[in-house]
Amino acid sequence: MSFLDYFISALFLQAGYNSALVAIGAGLLGLSAGSAGAFIFLRKRALVSDAISHATLPGVGIAFMIMVAFGSDGRWLPGLIIGSAISSAIGLLMVEWITRKTRLTEDAAIGAVLSVFFGFGIVLLTVIQTMSSGRQAGLENFLLGSTAGMLISEATTIAVAGALAAAFVFLLRRPMTLVAFDPEYAATTGVNVRNIDLAMMGLALIVTVIGLKIVGLILIVALLIIPPVTARFWTNQVGLMIGIAAIVGGLSGYIGAVLSAAEASLPTGPIIVLIAFGFFLFSALFSPLRGGLASALRHQRFQRRVHRRQGLLSLARREPIYDGLTLRILRRSGMIRRDGVATARGRIAAQKAARDEARWAIARRMLPDDSAIERYDGLTPIEQMMTPDQIAEIDRMIAAQQGAKA
Amino acid sequence: MSNAKLVAESGKILDVAPKDAPLTVRGLTVSYGNKPAVFSVDASIPAGSMTAIIGPNGAGKSTFLKGALGVVPRLSGEVRIFGKLFAEARDRVAYVPQRASVDWDFPARVIDVVLMGLYGSVGLFRLWQSRHREQAMECLERVGMADFADRQIGQLSGGQQQRVFLARALAQNAEFYLLDEPFAGVDAATERAIVSVLKELKTEGRTVVCVHHDLSTVPEYFDRVLLINVRRIAEGPVETTFTAENLQETYGGRLAATHIDELHLA
Repeated sequence: MSFLDYFISALFLQAGYNSALVAIGAGLLGLSAGSAGAFIFLRKRALVSDAISHATLPGVGIAFMIMVAFGSDGRWLPGLIIGSAISSAIGLLMVEWITRKTRLTEDAAIGAVLSVFFGFGIVLLTVIQTMSSGRQAGLENFLLGSTAGMLISEATTIAVAGALAAAFVFLLRRPMTLVAFDPEYAATTGVNVRNIDLAMMGLALIVTVIGLKIVGLILIVALLIIPPVTARFWTNQVGLMIGIAAIVGGLSGYIGAVLSAAEASLPTGPIIVLIAFGFFLFSALFSPLRGGLASALRHQRFQRRVHRRQGLLSLARREPIYDGLTLRILRRSGMIRRDGVATARGRIAAQKAARDEARWAIARRMLPDDSAIERYDGLTPIEQMMTPDQIAEIDRMIAAQQGAKA
Repeated sequence: MSNAKLVAESGKILDVAPKDAPLTVRGLTVSYGNKPAVFSVDASIPAGSMTAIIGPNGAGKSTFLKGALGVVPRLSGEVRIFGKLFAEARDRVAYVPQRASVDWDFPARVIDVVLMGLYGSVGLFRLWQSRHREQAMECLERVGMADFADRQIGQLSGGQQQRVFLARALAQNAEFYLLDEPFAGVDAATERAIVSVLKELKTEGRTVVCVHHDLSTVPEYFDRVLLINVRRIAEGPVETTFTAENLQETYGGRLAATHIDELHLA
């Protein structure tokens, strides 16, 4: 079977029970990482989750040593997960403690904890490699993740834990939203900000330790952060953002696991992260809401409307126009002739623009608190912002003013 | 917590804190590091009043509010809200933080922020119903922001943001409103809208406390003042307390005598 054939059959869960389960496990892991990561991103704590993930390594090593000392295999996944959870919880609490009790800022605390724990973990791994047991093969896979030779029980553990973590995120979505947006206000409404923060970080910890096997500890932070950043391009609503982040994370995990299973030499973690990055890149460029292309187009269109409006007002005031872009826009829309003289259409449009400006000037003075004034961008036709009655009223005022002058 | 235990914990304040006083504070001290921002401040806010907390920059006005509500930890002092600990009277209080304290690029629409004011009554697990949306829309209507309900909050002007924060507090339907600099850096239309809402709240018998920085509008907007410069300088009705001597003591040399003359003092 060629690589592509295998990839396609695996994508539709046709490549055997084992790889299907691994793919589903990776998908659920990505789902929980994306949704938990959404709050970590909104709370601006991405770096803390990096400290958490690096702090897992000593726990992996110590758990392995303890299990070997008791005569077991040492690679039993639940044991390694528990060990890594304990050591990263210690790391997390140390970051919290350093930030609260010393004058060090959080980034300094993160840097210190992250590097010390990771260094200690690497030392332990080296010691394990020189130990006599000789069965340590595979621990280094926790750095970058690997699904090769993954047991069905392991995949099931990861899938169940991932689903539970995602459910936990759903339950805590309201207090976590409140704390991420406005922690001071949250505190006055009875939300325990510190506990919610710990729960948020606890979720990152759970995702990290169950993701060790598949994504690895170095890159798990990417699976927590890239999906929510991607989702942010598509929506302005927290609820939707969490949902999209979960889907992006889930798809990245699923497709990445399938790809790396199809070609065993591909490391799973980096592949998953690269696929997530693909989603990110596409969104950053092409999202109609906040994507770069749409923003650039919107800006250009706005600029053209400003030039058109300014050009028409200049025509109405019989001022000469020098700006090249303004001239081009007016000429192309048939407002002026090649020699710069206004056409009949141009004169009508110029009159209308001048009249609307005068109307707005009156409206601003007469109705300072009207929401139409606040929403006005300087360009939208007045008929779209105000009722015919309001406009008629304004026109009466203009007429009265002109009458008074005459 | 039982009453007996409360009394045992703090005999002195419970004896004097009237049950209907929205806020009673004794000896409140809050410090950042080892420098007190608020030192041993007493205050007593009567029900149905509108109080301005005034004082120079860095005098601890906002910190006083936050300390009273437990947003920042207290070093010492006691606070009673309607005669109770804040935790027991939370649902009667609404707080409006400074607009600049949050990131307005947060993914939320105006209506979403106002709905946050209903989290307390909806609970953690139930979904929004149409009556919640209607409630939130009514609050937006009161601050003149109903047309903006579906707008992303990052697209609002500063004054509009402030009105959204006020609408969120209105959604809580509290008896006691504490606002941190609601008029800071807002446009004239917003200031008018906020003042009229605050006066409505007072008419409805609710109590309002604002950290305020514009001395010239104090007599027009408020009926009581609390003058703070780390310590409490004075507290009482505008007519008797908002005086040149008290202001001079609060602001020291920072307030020119000519400036004081321009104020409509008692």
